[in-house]
Amino acid sequence: MTVVASHGLSFDIAHMLAGGLVLVSFMMLYQLRLTALLHVLGLHAFVLALSVAWQAHIQGAPHLYITAAIALSFKAILVPYVLRRMVFQMGLHREIETVGGIGVTMLAGIALVALSLQVMLPVTSHADPVAREDIALALSVVLIGLLMMVTRRNAISQVVGFMSLENGINLAATGARGMPLVVEISVAFSILIAFIVIGVFLFRIRERFDTIDDGALDRSRGGQG
Amino acid sequence: MTNLAWMILGLLALAFAGAVLARSVAGRILVYGGSFIICACFISTGFVALSGPVQRLVLPVGLPWIGTNLRLDALSAFFLILVGIGGAGASLFAIGYGRHEAHPERVLPFYPAFLAGMALVVIADDAFTFLFAWELMSLMSWALVKAHHQEEGNAQAGFVYLIMATFSGLALLFGFGLLAGPQGSYAFDSMRENPPVTWIAAVVLVVALIGAGSKAGLMPLHVWLPLAHPAAPSHVSALMSGVMTKVAVYGFIRIVFDLLGPNEWWAGTVVLALGGITAVLGVLHALMERDLKRLLAYSTVENIGIIFIGLGLALAFRATGFEAGAALALTAALFHALNHTIFKSLLFFGAGAVLTATGERDMETMGGLIHRMPRTAIAFLTGCAAISALPPLNGFASEWLTFQAVLVHPELPQWGLKLMIPVDGAALALAAALAAACFVRAFGIVFLGRPRSEPAGQAREVDPWSITAMLGFALLCLLAGIVPGAVIDSLAPVARALTGSRMPVQLGDLWLTIVPVEASRSSYNGLLVFAFISASILVTVSAIHRLSSRAVLRGPAWDCGYPDPTPASQYTAGSFAQPLRRVFGTVLFRASETVDMPPPGDNRAASIVRRISDPIWDTVYAPLGRGVAWVADYANVLQFLTIRRYLGFVFAALVVLLLALTLWQ
Amino acid sequence: MIQPLLAQLVQMTVILVLSPLLTGLVRKVKARLQRRRGPSLIQPYRDLRRLLGKEAVVAENASWVFRLAPYFVFAATWVAAALIPTFAANLMFSWSGDLIAITALLGSARFALALAGMDIGTSFGGIGSSREMMIASLAEPAMIMIVFSVALIAGSTQLSTIAENMLNGQVGLRVSLALALVALIIVAVAENGRIPVDNPATHLELTMVHEAMVLEYSGRHLAMIELAASLKLTLYIAMIACVFLPVGMANGPDHAIPDIVGALVWLAKMAAACVGLGVAEMSVAKMRVFRVPNFLGAALMLGLLGVLLLFVSRGM
Repeated sequence: MTVVASHGLSFDIAHMLAGGLVLVSFMMLYQLRLTALLHVLGLHAFVLALSVAWQAHIQGAPHLYITAAIALSFKAILVPYVLRRMVFQMGLHREIETVGGIGVTMLAGIALVALSLQVMLPVTSHADPVAREDIALALSVVLIGLLMMVTRRNAISQVVGFMSLENGINLAATGARGMPLVVEISVAFSILIAFIVIGVFLFRIRERFDTIDDGALDRSRGGQG
Repeated sequence: MTNLAWMILGLLALAFAGAVLARSVAGRILVYGGSFIICACFISTGFVALSGPVQRLVLPVGLPWIGTNLRLDALSAFFLILVGIGGAGASLFAIGYGRHEAHPERVLPFYPAFLAGMALVVIADDAFTFLFAWELMSLMSWALVKAHHQEEGNAQAGFVYLIMATFSGLALLFGFGLLAGPQGSYAFDSMRENPPVTWIAAVVLVVALIGAGSKAGLMPLHVWLPLAHPAAPSHVSALMSGVMTKVAVYGFIRIVFDLLGPNEWWAGTVVLALGGITAVLGVLHALMERDLKRLLAYSTVENIGIIFIGLGLALAFRATGFEAGAALALTAALFHALNHTIFKSLLFFGAGAVLTATGERDMETMGGLIHRMPRTAIAFLTGCAAISALPPLNGFASEWLTFQAVLVHPELPQWGLKLMIPVDGAALALAAALAAACFVRAFGIVFLGRPRSEPAGQAREVDPWSITAMLGFALLCLLAGIVPGAVIDSLAPVARALTGSRMPVQLGDLWLTIVPVEASRSSYNGLLVFAFISASILVTVSAIHRLSSRAVLRGPAWDCGYPDPTPASQYTAGSFAQPLRRVFGTVLFRASETVDMPPPGDNRAASIVRRISDPIWDTVYAPLGRGVAWVADYANVLQFLTIRRYLGFVFAALVVLLLALTLWQ
Repeated sequence: MIQPLLAQLVQMTVILVLSPLLTGLVRKVKARLQRRRGPSLIQPYRDLRRLLGKEAVVAENASWVFRLAPYFVFAATWVAAALIPTFAANLMFSWSGDLIAITALLGSARFALALAGMDIGTSFGGIGSSREMMIASLAEPAMIMIVFSVALIAGSTQLSTIAENMLNGQVGLRVSLALALVALIIVAVAENGRIPVDNPATHLELTMVHEAMVLEYSGRHLAMIELAASLKLTLYIAMIACVFLPVGMANGPDHAIPDIVGALVWLAKMAAACVGLGVAEMSVAKMRVFRVPNFLGAALMLGLLGVLLLFVSRGM
């Protein structure tokens, strides 16, 4: 695998935004407080919006600007705000309990990034070199989102993990040039997320998740991270 | 070459003399003095042979159809120099240290034989001589480990050591058998000319890794090392950690790099993985220890991991055809082997001096020894700084070279290597940082602070022989760090023989800078760094003393205004390691602390109990031991049969063999 | 020969003389954000002069390690700082020590300081030393991973060559470079004992790391250690500027005009970084001690991720 000499600034910025999305996913894994996690979720969607807008610019595909606008307004601003209000109104548990500790989770995150690179790069070896690295990074965002859902006991953080997973899928879809129905698919996913969030709020599905209630499992642990 | 054979015979003669004259002062001086002289001759022979042609010798003893083949090429010469340096230092140290030995008849006969065994391993040129020398080395060191067998824990240490040594010998025997092939040609020359088929080469590689790796201390076969190395007398511990582990590394290099011929890329991945795990886990174990010699033994495990990381990189580069990188990685690994011999021997000598002065190995009872044993303290400090890879000492030079080997070629085609090498770079950096923490703790708790027990407060400096040995090795640490180019250039013949290439010539540069690949990529100058630091210190001290005050007022310690009469309030070894134990130990070692705090009104002492479990012992060895015990219990029935049943067994065996004969025909 | 030597000497002196001013600037920014006037910008110089004139009070059981350590810490930090290009990309003695050597020199300084903390045998010194070694056990590998990322991108571990390659514009924007920058900022905050890792202005044992190790020092010894601490802060800021933002550095043979322009740009970068550091310190709270390993572990992971991306695909 040789150095791709044709790296222009536009490709570098696309890579930088995809890498930035991976970085923000790791920041999400690092958070221990729910309010901070929601802020990072907003940042995640914001970086996604920037990345989609940049792809719209370099691919010359104006319909992607709509996707970027949806990501910015709905996922970066509206959903974190609604979730934050829900957390405060329902008095939900605001500390995130993890399975395994932050260090182990981040090591697993690195292993997942290595895995997605190892899978995607050889498989797509005939494709456009910029797109294939972006897709490999998008797969790592998806996997890290799944990791977050699996290693968090808190319902809201699982919803956040799901949203970051969906952001990763969006990144992959917009990175591939000429994928049809991107806008429609992203609208459909956004509606799905809205229903999940409303469901948690309206139907108060507490029993399905490990801990959602304040005071339920509030053991004092003397600071074990 | 014949001189070398005579020297080895001389060592065996000294062993015999030691057995006879054990109890007298003359015996001790004769044995250790003679060993010192012979080891010095090893060093000079090695230096001469390093850049000269290959020398051979065939003796008529041994296997009847090939005799005993001995061969001195560049690789053997380098390891002979290592044996010589370690042996000379240990002998010099022991001239003074051996005075305190309560049972000299258990140590003096075996010590020169141990040296002879190690020297014979590195010059052996056929499988029989190699294995004979290997077993001689193991058996003599086992006898030395059992020298103080009345002490608690030493009997178990000897037992585990014997089992692991036998296991490694068997593994190597199996490997050599595979290499010898169906003709049974045990001479190394014929093995070199007939490299084996791929799958046999794979099996031999794994077996060599098991056999030589267990002797070197590679995980998960390292468990005997922290038990056996501390149990032996200190100069023998220095030899075992500093030299015997390197002889095991020599065995690995000889089999894998020389006898097996070209290797596959996955060999590099396996060795890199084992090396990385060994390095990190070894130093974490060292951080949890409170026995000074066990700490040093675990640190040996860590450094062996670092050497194997270098060897793994060399294997990986060799397989992908990048010979310059393989030469760099191999040189880095061998340089680190030399450095480790020097500073680990120095540290074990220091531990022996502390043991002599205080009678203790437990760090929790020491403290403040820098005031009582100043020269030992300086030498031990140099060893601690060297092993923590601080410039301008030698440990930094070899770690720097290993880092450069990690960076030298990222465009490798195989995915396994692409992922393994950066992870190993991170493991190497983590092990180096943890080693610095470990040795700050070792030096700080033992030598600094206030004495934590009566013997530490009454310690006295040890005898001049021991101090000379320690200070000599400390000087070697500094020299190897300031002029690393000399070591690299002397390793060039070894690299060329094993990888086909060598590092660029180092000593041509005026300023003695070392350049691993080319000057525009990276370079390091130990001499200039040392000169700059010394100059800065001198300039600063003189400027300050001239321009401002140089007054010093002695008073009680400030300690934020608290009066602090007892030394028990200072940090102990366990408390120093507590943050690291909590960060790394809770996951890896299931470390836990329970505090027993009596309720108010109850005036018994509070206590804190720390529990650590060794994951490898629990998952590998304990079930193995239980399995063996279960099988033994089950088979115990065979001990108590009647005569008729025994006859029945013999009869059944006979019938089965006859049946097999008929069926086979 | 004379001009490069002069440039090296000027740089060594400038970085030494300037570091107390930068520390003063950070304190001034923090004070202003707290609606105080704060000490004057040259107060650190006055503090140093005052300390140098005082008699050093040394504990009765202190050894030579305690008395030698401040000078060694200062010398090692100064030598490391002298190896970092400031206004010109080519530095005369840059070939004697690369980024790995600079990291290891700072490690030597830390080794000496940790030993000095344990020398007197008080519990405060032990706290400082053990926490410092815990932080170092994660910060140093993170730094080495950052060095690897930068070296793989710029083709060398030497700072002069790195600066020249970054200036020549062949590098472009890289994901690994961004990851390395974030990780280096985290490591710099941890190594210099700034909020959120350690509070440089506190003397409470629950919150101190660096201050605990130097609790017993006074007089000229304390002056050396404080100077070394400001020098270390300047060193890290200069390293970030040299590797990630080398614009304005004089590239090529030493002439007066590019050097002066480079010096002015460098001073501006240092001042901007100090203001940014002050603002950042005022914006976050200090972490619990056992949250710091997670913080530094994140930096190590980011560095490892950067190196992994570079090994896998040289375009990233």
